[in-house]
Formats: sequence, structure tokens, C-alpha cells
Amino acid sequence: MEAEQILSLAKKVADEAEVFQVHSQRVPVRFEANRLKQIQRQEGTATALRLVKEGKIGLSAVGGEVQVQTLVDMAVKTSQFGALANFIFPSASVYPDVNIFDPETEKVPVEKMIDISESLVAQLTEHTPDILCEGAIAKEVRQTRILNSKGAEVSYLKSLFSISLEGVVIRDTDMLFVGDSESYCRPEVDGKTIAKRVIEQLELAKRKASVSTKLMPVIFAPRGVASAFIAPLMVAFNGKLVLEGASPLKNRQGEEVFDNKLSLRDDATIHYRPTSRPCDDEGTPSQSTLLVERGKLMNFLYDLQTAALAKTRSTGNGNRSRGSLPVPSANCFVLSEGNVPFDDMVKDMKEGLVVEQLMGAEQGNLLAGDFSGNVLLGYKVEGGEIVGRVKDTTVAGNVYQVLKNLEAVGKERRWIGGFLFSPALYCPSLSVATKVG
Amino acid sequence: MRDQLSEAVKGHNADYVEIRLEQNEATVLVYQGKRLEEVGRTAGSGGNVRALVKGGWGFVSFNSINGLREKVEAATLQARLASKEQSQLAPVAPVVDVVEAQGRRDPTKIPLVVKKQLLDEYNDIVLRTPKIQTSTINYHDSRRKVILANSEGTYIEQEKIDLGLRLTAVARDANDIQQRSLSIGSSSDFSTVVNLQEKVREIANQAVRLLSAPEVKGGEYTVILDPVLAGVFAHEAFGHLSEADFVYENKQLREIMVLGRRFGGKQLNIVDGAAVPGLRGSYKYDDEGTPATKTYLIREGILEARLHSRETAAKMAEKPTGNARSLSYFFPPIVRMTNTFIEPGSASFEEMVSEVKEGVYVKDWYGGTTSLEMFTFSAAEAYMIREGKLAELLRPVVLTGNVFVTLNNIDAIGDDLQMNEGGGCGKGEQIPLPVSNGSPHIRIRNCLMGGK
Repeated sequence: MEAEQILSLAKKVADEAEVFQVHSQRVPVRFEANRLKQIQRQEGTATALRLVKEGKIGLSAVGGEVQVQTLVDMAVKTSQFGALANFIFPSASVYPDVNIFDPETEKVPVEKMIDISESLVAQLTEHTPDILCEGAIAKEVRQTRILNSKGAEVSYLKSLFSISLEGVVIRDTDMLFVGDSESYCRPEVDGKTIAKRVIEQLELAKRKASVSTKLMPVIFAPRGVASAFIAPLMVAFNGKLVLEGASPLKNRQGEEVFDNKLSLRDDATIHYRPTSRPCDDEGTPSQSTLLVERGKLMNFLYDLQTAALAKTRSTGNGNRSRGSLPVPSANCFVLSEGNVPFDDMVKDMKEGLVVEQLMGAEQGNLLAGDFSGNVLLGYKVEGGEIVGRVKDTTVAGNVYQVLKNLEAVGKERRWIGGFLFSPALYCPSLSVATKVG
Repeated sequence: MRDQLSEAVKGHNADYVEIRLEQNEATVLVYQGKRLEEVGRTAGSGGNVRALVKGGWGFVSFNSINGLREKVEAATLQARLASKEQSQLAPVAPVVDVVEAQGRRDPTKIPLVVKKQLLDEYNDIVLRTPKIQTSTINYHDSRRKVILANSEGTYIEQEKIDLGLRLTAVARDANDIQQRSLSIGSSSDFSTVVNLQEKVREIANQAVRLLSAPEVKGGEYTVILDPVLAGVFAHEAFGHLSEADFVYENKQLREIMVLGRRFGGKQLNIVDGAAVPGLRGSYKYDDEGTPATKTYLIREGILEARLHSRETAAKMAEKPTGNARSLSYFFPPIVRMTNTFIEPGSASFEEMVSEVKEGVYVKDWYGGTTSLEMFTFSAAEAYMIREGKLAELLRPVVLTGNVFVTLNNIDAIGDDLQMNEGGGCGKGEQIPLPVSNGSPHIRIRNCLMGGK
């Protein structure tokens, strides 16, 4: 189904139209219980048509093949009930130069991917013989096309190579979960780094420790930052929720809402990062948007429609999922680095916690910034040293209170899942609860 | 079609081959505040081939059914690369059948204008409530037809309808924001989402009341779960642990999850089954063509069975239960829950509350997740219980626990089973899969809760 054909037919019946098409091919090699399990090839084409007829938005989407006429008819039909289009489609623009495609990625042979998985498992079982690993090595190529009636015509290729690994060690009914993952546009993801990080987790978790229910200082390692704070922050900077007044940050631009050691930007222009691209899903050129500068609230994230309603400009954050209309959502959060090495943070603590992963933290009242989760992987600190892994422990707080007053921001940063580049954050006092009965 | 598929799965030197073809269509309506933001129609078609060679699986998904034989060959080749051992699949008698969707009031046939009027009315109720800042509504209905053919002679055409509504009211007072949601789902009947005006009003008022509610103090409490939240608890705390694909290749976990092990008191019965009719997780055959069953996971406190695909059943020498499901043709089937519930006991809600000196009554859900051993789930509404009586409203709470301890701490099971069809289940990349879960009110001792 040709995008041009759809656009030209849609233009005949509507005032404006836009075609968004993604073709993807993905090959994951999956392993389970330390063994190769399944090799997949997943191929798919998704096409969405957004049109404006009598001022109102119509939308249709298909996965796979469908008659062009059917797609146009469905969109026209929905436009009778659609929202008023407050935006205009962007015309052809100059897009930033972002490298996100490496032809070598799709050429990586499946046999090589199998080797990576087997070597990962070998390194971990050598360290901990009874660990059971599962995960996947995947390569993917995606072609995105955006055409609209204002003359924009974008086509770009993106490649992705990723490794994810989760290990579990079971002793009686005690389960220890360790894991890490990396994703990059080039096939340079290093299985060794992942193995090294997971082995570090296994080492730190060898001994057990217990905490008591009280307030104490907590260091969130970068993965801990991702599991505790990022979901509520992504909601808070969503221009649509700001417009609706559902974000606590509404009307607070220029105010110091976070600790002045903290700066945050959203950036889709970093070379070879999974969420980078020349433009967003509605053809707005990608950019780096400063959200927080030394604690001060600067900007929110917008797509075309929300930006028009809020009388501002799109920040290139129009993202689509599953054939839906674009909505503003974060591309990639980059937190500024601090000046305190992780080891010094630990040394500074008399008694406290290091949180590597918090489970279920995003299930509370995200809008208000509340988080509360089970410490799936975390360590007790005593007298400036990590003394062992904690269990049956929850950490709860509010992201606006916690990030307003930080003891320190880490000097080392790392990428988490392709959507976050973060240092460790050291919070002076948080509510920790643990099981005694 | 049948002949074409039967031909394509033949003679590939694989231990097993199957082809799945799918067609789907859906309608979506999204409101943000007073604006109906999105009205969309989607359609899709595609399929996949799965092949098994000496214990290794190959899987190819596609949009176009042209060149089916080449696709089967590609999947077979991949399977051969992954092959390491003997293939094992529990025997299932080949079946030829056509199953039509049974919509009582088929939502996919209701005119868009009717859906819009109904949602407009609900949205107005929310937005007219004082102190309500905004609302969101997500509505979808869909129809999905799947054809399955395998190299053993099975050919099944099966059609399913699904319907979901989630409405959220957001209340605001200065920088304080609280929310409350209503989730409804059905596998057949548009009537389940009509006449909800009173419920919607109550949800909006509840969001406002939360603004003046205090936060719970973190620690251990006796908790009473309402049927909705107890259903989520059954799903998260035990359902996932019953999925055999977590267990079958894991020697230690197999020892822990040995059938016959005691997990709870005599009054505890937990069931999963797609053969329980008329719910969002109901079907006649799973995505491997295994007939649906009703499985007692726990009977009288003792682990009796678990959920299987054909492969996990064979490897554990247990019976297949018809729980292999895939979200769409893009994914291979994996072991999933269907309709999961705790069977009713004999306690009344009033009795349960009256016996608690200090505790928390928790209702309705935001979400839940599990690591198998540890689980968390969050309540949208909570009340302190003092001296046997319900007391003040609290802010939403997150509960967490260890499954091996917590099921044993259930000390009362109510007589008021209710099923909740308003949620979707996620596992790996396959989310949200239609499921239902349910329970009567239950009471749990020593449940850990995060708080200030």
C-alpha cells in the first residue's frame, strides 16, 4: 500500500491529510533457562491516516494490507465526530542531522547473536552456577515515512541492536533477581559490560541485611532512578496534562521546583540512541528541550494539537502508538551529572539504603508524583559500606518533595533502556518500611 | 483457505508446524477533559508461522499471506538453528471447528453516535462535579478472527469480541492532585457500559474526597480487600506463579512449586479457566488449539495444578490446560491466565471488619505487578479500620508481600464473589491481554504497606 496513493486519495475528500507509515523487521534470539529457545522474525507494516475535514480530525489505521479506499472511508467517517483541528500540518522543514542507522546492524548473523547469548550465560553461570538466565539479543530495522498535504515528505531508517538479560537465583523460597539491558542503533552493544554489571549485583547481594521501619537516607542508582522517578516526571512534563491542569507543574515556569543541583532535558537528537530521530511522528523536527535548569522549571513537552491549544510550539514530542493519534510524550530524558562519585555517597552514609530497582513504584497516584514500591534489588549501607541485600522492604515518597532536596547528584551517568541517561541521586531522608511479622 | 493452509504446513521435516492468520477491527474513542480528542477506526490483518525442530522454536510473523511455504521454510530453518534436544508437545486431539463470537449486544455493531452520546454524558457528570479539574476516558471495542491450522490436522476458526472502558476523574486543590478511575470490560455485551451514571458520579465525588484524606503510615497492617482488589491480588500474587513457563525449566522453582504443597488455609481455593463462560478471558480453544479448561490452581489450600501450553505440559508430565495465548499475530503464544478467581467462603464483610482492632480496608485497583516471589498491588481507595469499624478515608496505598507468606496469612474469605472485567494483563511485550479476575472480600494479616 503506497503512502503517496493514500495521500492523494485522501486529499480529494478532505481539506488536509497526513499519512504515517512504519515498516519494521525485527529478529530476536531468545534464551530461557540458560538455553537458546526461539529465533523469531517479526515483520509488520502499520499505516495511519489522519485527515481534517470540515475542520475536524478523522483517523484510521491499519496493520498489514488493506484497500486504500477503505482506509480513507474509515477516516472520513470518524471525522464527523472528531475533535476540531487547531493545528496545521508542518510543511517540509530542515531536519537535524541525527545518525540512527547503521547498515551493519541488520547484517549481524543470527549465529553471532547466538554466540553472544551463549557467552553471556557462560560468564554468569561461571560466577554463580545455579543462576538461571533468560533474555534476548535482537536486531531491528525500521523505516518510517511521513507525508502530508502541506508538502512534507520524510523518510528515514533506524536500526536497533539490543541485549537484555534477567537472572534469578533461587535458594529455598528466596529469589534474587538481577539483570541489565542495553540498546543502541549500532551493533556495538557489549555483552561483557552487561555480564560485568550483573556479576557486581550478584556480589553485592551475596550477604543479607535488614533495615527497620523509619526515615533514612536513600541512594537511587541510575536503574533505581528509572524505576522510581521517571514515570511521574514523564507525566508531569506532558503538555496535554499541563494544559488540563492535571500536572502539578502547571503555571510554575520559572519557579525553582527541584533542587538546584538538578537539570533535565528531553533530547531526540543524540546520535545512535534508540529514541533519536530527525523528526517526531507528525513531522516536527527533533530538538533538545530544556525542561529543568538548575532546579528551575523551563518547558513542557508538546505535539502539534496540544501546542496549538496551549498557544505555543510543538517541541517535537508528538508520539504515536498502535495506530492512535499523536500525543505528547517524552523522547529521552537526560539528567545532568553531579560532582559526587557513587562510592563517596555510600561512604557518607551512616545507615541507609541503595536502591537498584524498585518494583511497582509507578502504580500509585502518578499525577501527584507519589511513588511507593518494593525494593526488588537494593542494599543496606552501614558505616559507609554496603553490607548486604535487603528484602521485604518498601520505599515511599513524593517525587516533588524528594527531588526538591537532594544531598548529592552522582558524577557517573549511564543509559537505562535507551530512554534515560542518569546519574545516581542521593536523598537525605525517605520513608522505608519493612516486614517484621 | 483450509486447503491452502493444510498444504502449507505439510512436509517440512519439522516436528511440528502451525500457521495462524488473523483479521481484526477496532473502534477507539479518547476524551481528555471536555474534548473528544480521538475517534479512530483501525483494522489489521496478518499471520505467523511457528515451527518446532528438536526442541527449538522458529517463529515468523508477516502481513501478507503470499509465499506461505517460504515462510514455513524460514521458520523451520530458524527452529533448526535453535534445536538442542528432543521436541516435546503434550498430545491434543486434532480438531476442526468454527466458533463464532456470541455478542449479546454486540458493541462492534452499535453506531458510533450512540457510543459518543453515552460517553459525552458520563464526561459531563465528571466535569460538572465541583473541584474536578479534568477527566480522561478511553473506550475501545474490537472484533478479532483467528484461523489456526497445524501439521497434526487441526483447523479452527475462532472469533472474539472485546470491549473496554476506563474513565478517570482528576480532582485538584492547589498543587494537590488526586484521581479515581472506573474500569469496565466485557467479551460480548455493550449493555455493561450503559447506565453507569450513578457509578460515574460516585467516582468523581470520591476523587474530590481524596484531596482531604490523610496518608497512611507505612508498616504492617491487617487488611481487608474488596472483591476487585482481591481479584488483582489473586492474579498478581498467585496467578503468575502458576504459569508453567516460569517453572518448567527451573529445577529449584519446580521443587518450590511441587504439586501438593500447602500454600494457604483449608478455605482457600483459587481457579483459572477460559471454560468459565461469558467473561473477557473466556474462549473455546487457546491459540494452540487446545480446548479451554477450568483449573483448580489451589484446592483447599494445596497446590493442585498449574497453567500450561502444550510444551510446558509435556515437559512437566502434566495435562495441557489450554492457556497458550498470543496478543496478536505479531507474537507467539505463551502461557497466560484467563479468568482467575478466589472461590467464595462463608464470612460476611461485616464479620470480617468487626474482628479487626486496627487495620485498613482497601478497594479497587490502580495496578499490580509481580517478580513471582514478591508482588505489589495498589488500591485506589482505602479506609482505616478501628475497633471493628470503618473509619477515615485514606489516600491510595500500595501493598506488597511475599507470596509464600501472604497466602498463608489469609484468615477470612467472604461469601460475595464478584468478577472484575476491567483490566488487561501484561507479560513480556504482550500487553494488554483481555483477562478477568475476581474474588469475594478477603482478609489478610500482616500485610506490608508503603507510606509516610
